[in-house]
Amino acid sequence: MARAAVPGRLTWRVATVKEAKDETATARTLTLDVPGWPGHSPGQHVAVKLTAADGYTAQRDYSIGSAWPTSGAEPDRLEITVQRLADGEVSPYLAEIAEPGDQFDVRGPIGGWFTWDPSDPRPLLLFAGGSGIVPLMSMIRTHSQSGAKVPVRLIYSARTPADVIYQDELSQRQRVSPLTVTYLYTRAGWAARGILPARDARSYTTRLNAKILAETAFPVSATPATFVCGPSGFVEAASSLLVAAGHAPGAIKTERFGPGG
Amino acid sequence: MSTVTRGFTGRRRDDPKLPPGQYLEHGFPVLQAGPTPPVNTATWTFTITTETGGKTTWNWQEFTALPAEDITTDIHCVTQWSKLGTHWRGVSVDTLLMSIETNAAYAMARSYGGYTTNVPLPDLRDGKAWVAYSYDGKPLRPEHGGPARLLVPHLYFWKSAKWVTGLDLMLHDKHGFWEQLGYHDYGDPWREQRYQGD
Repeated sequence: MARAAVPGRLTWRVATVKEAKDETATARTLTLDVPGWPGHSPGQHVAVKLTAADGYTAQRDYSIGSAWPTSGAEPDRLEITVQRLADGEVSPYLAEIAEPGDQFDVRGPIGGWFTWDPSDPRPLLLFAGGSGIVPLMSMIRTHSQSGAKVPVRLIYSARTPADVIYQDELSQRQRVSPLTVTYLYTRAGWAARGILPARDARSYTTRLNAKILAETAFPVSATPATFVCGPSGFVEAASSLLVAAGHAPGAIKTERFGPGG
Repeated sequence: MSTVTRGFTGRRRDDPKLPPGQYLEHGFPVLQAGPTPPVNTATWTFTITTETGGKTTWNWQEFTALPAEDITTDIHCVTQWSKLGTHWRGVSVDTLLMSIETNAAYAMARSYGGYTTNVPLPDLRDGKAWVAYSYDGKPLRPEHGGPARLLVPHLYFWKSAKWVTGLDLMLHDKHGFWEQLGYHDYGDPWREQRYQGD
């Protein structure tokens, strides 16, 4: 990765929205063209700065969902998937208003800890809570793009099947990659609303617990590289269960997002 | 020069207590790199190590018997949230350094779990920093750094090391955990020093 991130000065670059795609009722993927983008590792973020006509600005960090370069080998392209927060200032703009051709400033990549290295020989164990799937999706995409052979297990907790982001792509990748997906649906009552779960993946209708962990995650003896991303409560629960099951704390990397945004 | 974004109006908040680029948060988000380490007050220690290797160590009982202060302060996270008027109780770093001879200019805070962060020593003196063990009148919870965390509220909050177990006093600056990964050496929220070069 000749252009990959090294710590250094981060400069603001102009991003142009190339494509906007609804993922769920409240989450949308924006494909951005960022001339001069220095490249990123899977798991890193980008800072987005929106500027109003009078010069007022608001800034937030978003996880990058795409591998680098993107599968079209576009070095200046990246994707973010933004979950609209009811009380948000930046996320409603990105998830609802932004259209192809719109522009704002970005800089990055940010964060060099919560990243996966495709040459890592350990099995890859991923835990996503809600839109915490986004940086993990970058890892899954990088895994197939790099030709990595290590098995990947994703345990993805969402409120209902309708809240699952990237479901079609995950189904597709399960067929062609050493990837196994398990869904946890945490909100009751969705079946009555006619929402259908993915049929090609194991699923549970409960929050993560020790029994599910034992049934779905790699065993401790497999010494997986583990990444946990999601709301703070989910990350605290998943990482505590992993440590209680005997997984080495040093092999578990976490990323939390709190309220706000 | 910023790029004007079509269709973005934003929410004006002219609170003078909010540093540039920050928004007001009412919850208390958690930012950390790994699992919350279990830290037992029965075995907890806090050690200051000087540049010549001299060590001063307190156990939990000794530490909580030191004169403590109530602190009301604003806190600012590099991930853009700020929380105003938070209430803490802890021991001033001035109290800890009182009987320690040092010519150090920097300190490395060390935590259970392996986290580190570097801070210039003057930024820990003169009533600017504490080792806090209580938040909002209750023992500090593990996910917020309990039993005790460093509190350096005038810098971005990653400098306020959770689960802190010591300070290494240094003649020369070294990078801590996030600083090695490209975050700013100093981290002044009012100058928006988020990343190296800011």
